[in-house]
Amino acid sequence: MSTSSQDNASAYWAENLRIIITYLAVWFVVSFVAGILFVDQLNAIPFFGFPLGFWIAQQGAIFVYVALIWMYVISMNKLDEKYDVHE
Amino acid sequence: MSLDLLTYIFIGGSFALYIGIAIWARAGSTKEFYVAGGGVHPIANGMATAADWMSAASFISLAGLVSFIGRDGAAYLMGWTGGYVLLAMLLAPYLRKFGKFTVPDFVGDRYYSQTARVIAIICTIVISFTYVAGQMRGVGIVFSRYLHVDINTGVIIGMAIVFFYAVLGGMKGITYTQVAQYCVLILAFMVPAIFMSMQITGHFLPQIGLGATLDSGMSVLATLDKLSVDLGFAEYTSGQQSTINVFCLTAALMAGTAGLPHVIVRFFTVPRVKDARTSAGWALIFIAILYTTIPGVAGFGRVNLIETINGTDATNVGTAYSEMPTWFKNWENAGLLGWHDYNGDGKVQYAAGSAFEGGKPAFDGEARGIHGERAVTNAKVNPTPAPGAPFVTEVYVDRDIMVLANPEIAQLPSWVIALVAAGAVAAALSTAAGLLLVISTAIAHDLMKTCVNPNISEKQELMYARLAAVVAICIAGYFGINPPGFVAQVVALAFGLASSSVFPVIVMGIFNKRMNKEGAIAGMIVGLGSTMAYMIYFTFMGGSKDDLFLGISTGGFGFVGMILNFVVAYVVCMMTPPPPAEIQEMVESIRVPRGAGEAHAH
Repeated sequence: MSTSSQDNASAYWAENLRIIITYLAVWFVVSFVAGILFVDQLNAIPFFGFPLGFWIAQQGAIFVYVALIWMYVISMNKLDEKYDVHE
Repeated sequence: MSLDLLTYIFIGGSFALYIGIAIWARAGSTKEFYVAGGGVHPIANGMATAADWMSAASFISLAGLVSFIGRDGAAYLMGWTGGYVLLAMLLAPYLRKFGKFTVPDFVGDRYYSQTARVIAIICTIVISFTYVAGQMRGVGIVFSRYLHVDINTGVIIGMAIVFFYAVLGGMKGITYTQVAQYCVLILAFMVPAIFMSMQITGHFLPQIGLGATLDSGMSVLATLDKLSVDLGFAEYTSGQQSTINVFCLTAALMAGTAGLPHVIVRFFTVPRVKDARTSAGWALIFIAILYTTIPGVAGFGRVNLIETINGTDATNVGTAYSEMPTWFKNWENAGLLGWHDYNGDGKVQYAAGSAFEGGKPAFDGEARGIHGERAVTNAKVNPTPAPGAPFVTEVYVDRDIMVLANPEIAQLPSWVIALVAAGAVAAALSTAAGLLLVISTAIAHDLMKTCVNPNISEKQELMYARLAAVVAICIAGYFGINPPGFVAQVVALAFGLASSSVFPVIVMGIFNKRMNKEGAIAGMIVGLGSTMAYMIYFTFMGGSKDDLFLGISTGGFGFVGMILNFVVAYVVCMMTPPPPAEIQEMVESIRVPRGAGEAHAH
C-alpha cells in the first residue's frame, strides 16, 4: 500500500478513471463510429486526395492512437504528481 | 555484385550482429532470463515491443492482404494498432506495479486460485504455439527464395539462430536483439516503400503519396478504383464485408492484441510504472511507422502489378509470357505465381476470379508448358469470365508477393531486394524468439516452480526454462517444416482466445475490486469455450456460412466471447462471496504507482 491516505487513493483512482474514459471515448469514436459505422458517409468527403472515411480507417485512426497514448502519458504523469503517488 | 552475394552478406551480417548481441547479453539469473533484469530503457523496450509484435505476418502478408481486399483491410490496420491504446490505459501500468513475471502469475495471485492459474497457463501456451508455427514458416519461405535452399533447411537455420540467442540470453538477449531487428526490419520496409512512392507519385512519404494525383490527372486511389472495377474486382475504397463483421473483427483484434502474453510480458521489463506507459507510447510510434506505410505499399503494389501484367493498352490486354520481367519467373519458381494460357495467345492476362480449380495452382513437378511456364494439373476445363470481369483470368497471384516482390516489380537496385530479405527474416525471428520465451517461462516458472514444486532452486528453474525453450523450438520447427494447412485460421484462434479469456480476466482483476475467483473462472471458461466451439464448428466441422451468428466471421467472434466472459463473470460474482480482504488490498495497491520497485521473484 502506498503512503497516501485511503481518501487520497480513492480520489486519485476516480480521476484516473475519468481520464481513461475520456480518451477511450475518442478511441471508440474514431475507430468504430468514423472508421467503420459511418465510413461510407464520410467517403463522400474528399481529404487531400483520399476519401475521408477510407483515410481514417487505414491511416488517420493510427495517428490518433499515437496521440492518445502520449496525451494519456502526460495526463497521468501530472496526476501522479498532484496526488503525490509518483515513483 | 550479384543479388545472391548481396543477400548472403545482408542476412549473414544481420545474423552475426544478433549472435554478437546474444553473447554480450547472456542471462545469469532467472530475473534476467524472464524480464531482462527489469531495467530496460522505455525507448529500447518500445523498439523491442514493436519487433516482437510485428511478425512475418505484418511484414510479409499484411500489405498483400490490404492490397487484395481494399478498404476492409482497415480492420487489421486498426485492430493491430488500436489494441495498444487498451494496453497502455487498461493493463500495462497496473501489471508493471503488480511486479511479477507473467500473465499466469497475475491471474493466479489476483484470483487466489490454482485453477485460474492453470487456465491462464494453458491459454498462454496455446496462443504462443499457434503463433510461432507461422513465424518459422515465414523464415523458411524467405530462405528458400533468396538463398536457394529448400524450405526445410531454411527452417532449421532459423531454429539454430533463435536457439542461440533465446536459450542463451533469455529475455535480456532477446530484448537487445529485438532492438537491432527492429532497425533492420523498419529500414527494409521503408526503403522500397519510399522508392516506390517517389517513382509513382513523386512524393517522398508513402503516407502522402497514396493521396497524390498521377500524370493521368486521376488520384492513385481513383486509378485503383477504376482498374479494379474494369477487371471485375470490387471498388478498392469501398467495403465488401458486412459492417457488423468488420466491427467485431476490429474489436476482437484490438482486445486480442492487448491480451497477447508475449506483448504483455514486455511491460514487466521496464524499471517503473511511468516507464510502462511511456514504453507503450514508443512502441506504438515504432509500429505506426510501418502500419501507416502499409496502405501505400498495398496501393502502389496493386497498380504496379496490374499494369505490369495487363499492360496499359486497353484494346490488346496482356503481356507476352516471354517478355515478362524476371521477377515473374522467379516467383513462379518459388510457387507464389502460376499461369495457364487459356486463350492460347501466349500472353498473361489478369482479372477477377480464380484461374485454377480450388484457387492455388497445383504444379506438375518441374514440367514446363510450351512457353516455358510451369505446367499445372488443375487448370479449369471450360473457364468463363468471373461476373463483371472482361475476360478469363489466367494468373494466380499469392498475396505475400506484394511485399517480397515489390522491389523487383518496381525495378529497384539489388541491395534493396537483399535488404527486404534480411528484414523479413528479422521480423519472423524477433517474434518467434519472444513467443518461445513466453512458452518457456510459462513452463518453467508458472508450471514447474509455482504449481509443481516450489522448492526448486533458482539454478534449477533457469535450467528448466532453457530446457523448455529447446523443446519449444523443436516443436515450432516441426510445425514450420510440416505446416498445418490452416495456419491463418489458427492465428485467428490465437486472437480469439486472447480477447475472450486473457484480456477480460485481467481488466476485471484491476478495475473491479469485488471480482472473485468464481466469477473469473466461470467467465474464462464461457468466453474460451464459446469462442473455441464457434471457431472449431465453422472452420473444421464444415459449419455452413448461413448459420454464422449475425454473420460474424470466426475471426470476429472473439469479441462476442469477450462480452459473454464479462457478463457471466459479473453475474456469477454477484451470487458468490467477495474475495478475501488481502486480495482487495492488493488491488488497491496495484492501482497506485508508488512503490513499484523492480519486478521480483516470490
